[in-house]
Amino acid sequence: MTDATNSPSTGPMLSADGTPLKKSLQIALRRQKLRALALVAPLLLFVLISFIAPIADMLFRSVENEIVSETIPRTVIALEQWDYEDGNAAAPSDDVYAALYVDLSEAEEFKTHTRLGSRLNYETTGMSSLLRKTGRGIGRMDTDEYTKQFEALDPKWEDPAVWVAMMQSPGVAEILPETASAWQSWQRIVANKNDVLAEEQPEDFIYTMLYRDLIAQPASAVAAYSGSGAEMLQTADSAVDGFEAISLREQFLDIDEDWADAQIWGTIKAFSSPYTAGYFLSSVDLQLTPAGVEAQPENQQIYMLLFGRTMFMSMVIMGSCILLGYPIAYLLSNLPLRTSNLLLILVLLPFWTSLLVRTSAWKVLLQQQGVINDILVWLGLVGDGDRLVMINNQFGTIVAMTHILLPFMILPLYSVMKTIPPSYVRAAKSLGATNWTAFWRVYFPQSVPGIGAGSILVFILSIGYYITPELVGGTTGTFISNRIAYHISSSLNWGLAAALGTILLAVVLLLYWVYDRIVGIDNVSLG
Amino acid sequence: MSKYTKPAVDLVRFVLPLMALAGAAMGFLVGTANGVSLLGAILGVICGVVLAWVLASFVPSTRTGILAATALFAIAGLMIAGPAGIVGGVIVGFVLSWLSYWLFTGSYRAGTPIYATPGQVLWHNTFKFICGAIFFFLIAPILTIIPLSFNAENFFTFTPAMLSFDPEGYSLKHYRDFFTNPDWQQALKNSVQIAPAATLISVSLGTLAAIGLSQPHVPFRRAIMAILISPMIVPLIISAAGMYFFYSRIGLQGTYVGVVLAHAALGIPFVIITVTATLVGFDKSLTRAAANMGADPVTTFFRVQMPLILPGVISGGLFAFITSFDEVVVVLFVGSAGQKTLPWQMFTGLREQISPTILAVATILVVISIMLLTVVELLRRRSERLRGLSPG
Repeated sequence: MTDATNSPSTGPMLSADGTPLKKSLQIALRRQKLRALALVAPLLLFVLISFIAPIADMLFRSVENEIVSETIPRTVIALEQWDYEDGNAAAPSDDVYAALYVDLSEAEEFKTHTRLGSRLNYETTGMSSLLRKTGRGIGRMDTDEYTKQFEALDPKWEDPAVWVAMMQSPGVAEILPETASAWQSWQRIVANKNDVLAEEQPEDFIYTMLYRDLIAQPASAVAAYSGSGAEMLQTADSAVDGFEAISLREQFLDIDEDWADAQIWGTIKAFSSPYTAGYFLSSVDLQLTPAGVEAQPENQQIYMLLFGRTMFMSMVIMGSCILLGYPIAYLLSNLPLRTSNLLLILVLLPFWTSLLVRTSAWKVLLQQQGVINDILVWLGLVGDGDRLVMINNQFGTIVAMTHILLPFMILPLYSVMKTIPPSYVRAAKSLGATNWTAFWRVYFPQSVPGIGAGSILVFILSIGYYITPELVGGTTGTFISNRIAYHISSSLNWGLAAALGTILLAVVLLLYWVYDRIVGIDNVSLG
Repeated sequence: MSKYTKPAVDLVRFVLPLMALAGAAMGFLVGTANGVSLLGAILGVICGVVLAWVLASFVPSTRTGILAATALFAIAGLMIAGPAGIVGGVIVGFVLSWLSYWLFTGSYRAGTPIYATPGQVLWHNTFKFICGAIFFFLIAPILTIIPLSFNAENFFTFTPAMLSFDPEGYSLKHYRDFFTNPDWQQALKNSVQIAPAATLISVSLGTLAAIGLSQPHVPFRRAIMAILISPMIVPLIISAAGMYFFYSRIGLQGTYVGVVLAHAALGIPFVIITVTATLVGFDKSLTRAAANMGADPVTTFFRVQMPLILPGVISGGLFAFITSFDEVVVVLFVGSAGQKTLPWQMFTGLREQISPTILAVATILVVISIMLLTVVELLRRRSERLRGLSPG
């Protein structure tokens, strides 16, 4: 094969400025793409920040659980050694109580223990009051015995400056690990009070940790330490064996007997990881217990019921929209354009009317002293005493939402039916089909895409509805969305609200994907 | 006006029995309301048959016949039940006389081919009746609240005074309340401040993006489209929850800016959809011609492209405006008491059943939506005309 490309006559085609045409076209195309992207970019950025980020935040919140490991980090670590066993589970060792003592001493200062309490209360009732009570009692424990005994041994232990010097010397963290850890908490407490570290005598929990460290360390390790306060430490180390010991476990039990309950500790351990499936389990009527995943008690199982009811009522609404929408769409598509345009206004007017106007109209019509009941009583069909209850139940929600969503069924159906040629039905009839056969075998199958599009649209819209069920649904006609709103604004269990919302979002996206498959995203029509 | 011809319909065997039935039904309703069901039905049968016979035999002009019968029944109603009876009389007289002409002149066969069997004619008319009932279901609730908003009492239903057309039964006090009550005025002010701001953001950014998306080569077109349309697909309660969580993290929860941003995000899909649809019919060679004659891209946009796609932009803007103006779920969570909008005020009012002022507001909103609907419809027609899609 000859190397023909080198000869100028058959070489790559060049554009006016001498660059190869292919390359210059590529540059032009890239420029075009960039210009298009630059036009889209501001809006994309806006939607990402104002809409997608909130959705992502909600997804994150449905699994996020950092509050436990942030509020009581030492306890969480100490509990790793402890295993909950069902039945005769024993409460954890004194180490765990010591860790909790330090953690809660700090949390009490920052008042984070109440937030932790409300978080754990969603899982085990009583946790909130237990933690509040413990927070109040933690400063009044008998651990001041340790403080007194250290002070009796050497008055210098009272001096904050000595403590500061000692805790800053290298090597002290190795021989006094718990004290060093507690000292960090103490530093944060002092900083929070805007006090000076070297002027505040440490609280009892520091002395308690010092006692625990000195008991735990062999004398040789303490003797090897040579930093600030080494002498004091060695004296103390030889004396601590004679100290009166205070059981922290007993101290906690004095505040509340529940601290001996393995169930409490099991709950803390089960929810100690920074991410939890607990909210999702709660949304499907399960719960994460110390012993594993279990069903919620019978009387607290409401979410599956609510999901089921939401699905069922959306189905009913979708069904009644098909029943009512099909004749209208058929009529509109078979009338002359002028007449059908006029009648279409009757469909578009409700579509354009405010949702609240329509809901309030139904509230006015359906209530017991409302227009429909008045007419029925006037006609004598219903006695004045037993007026029909048509609102604040499922009936009211279904009627009002069918009315509100009906245009969303009629418009797609109409746009599909307009394209069905009337000659097919005529051909079927001329071949001997009865009216019914011609409709059912020829016309109806061609209108199925419209039914599919309208149904999915109505279904997607109805399972996420909030306002109408809230206003006319009472207690039996509410949807899962009302529960989400309740958890956001009343019970403040945001994690559970986020998990319920995530499940709902997943269902909607799945349906939307189906919709896209059947109808196509670009065919969304606005009437 | 239909010309009277020799009856093609059997008067005795077809029209009179049906009219007897219709008269019986009417008489039964009127009788039940007055506590004498059976008597009413019997009188109704007589009225129906006599009226049909008289009209069919002696009054060939449809219009004259209907007017005369309506007037007759109205006078009868007035004599029996006072002013309230006029309405009942007018309705009964009109329906019965119209029905007898409809049956007698053969208009009931109008929509069906000449060869249709009686069964087919019956089905055709039943179908029309069903459709009428569904249209009634669609429109009646909205129309009912309009007279109720002029109620002189604080009731959500028609009072006897209203039914007897007593001027005392009607008043503008709920409208007066709406225009003087500081709560409602504050809500109106907030709505009027939030909706235009949100619309401005969604229209300006959305139009740019729609123009970008309609270019021939856009990378990740489907993914971008999916993201931009998503505020319309995600249920409002989920958007509201997410925005509440996220906006309270960044300090926008409970602020005017937060509500405007949220509403702008919700309005964007509508702008994108309408403007993209308008751009489908846009002739690209026009911009090229403009560029060829020396116009820079900005001039081309404002002098050539913008006027042509303006109907789409405005109707997208109206959609975005009504979305924000009607929106209640998101503002309920993202806003605080200071951003209480009109729908929010209505929502709390409906929950607590405070006063029929809600109905006055609803009536005003219905009027506004009728105006918007008209504007959008006119714009759509104009846009189709500009693009040559329809001859009108």
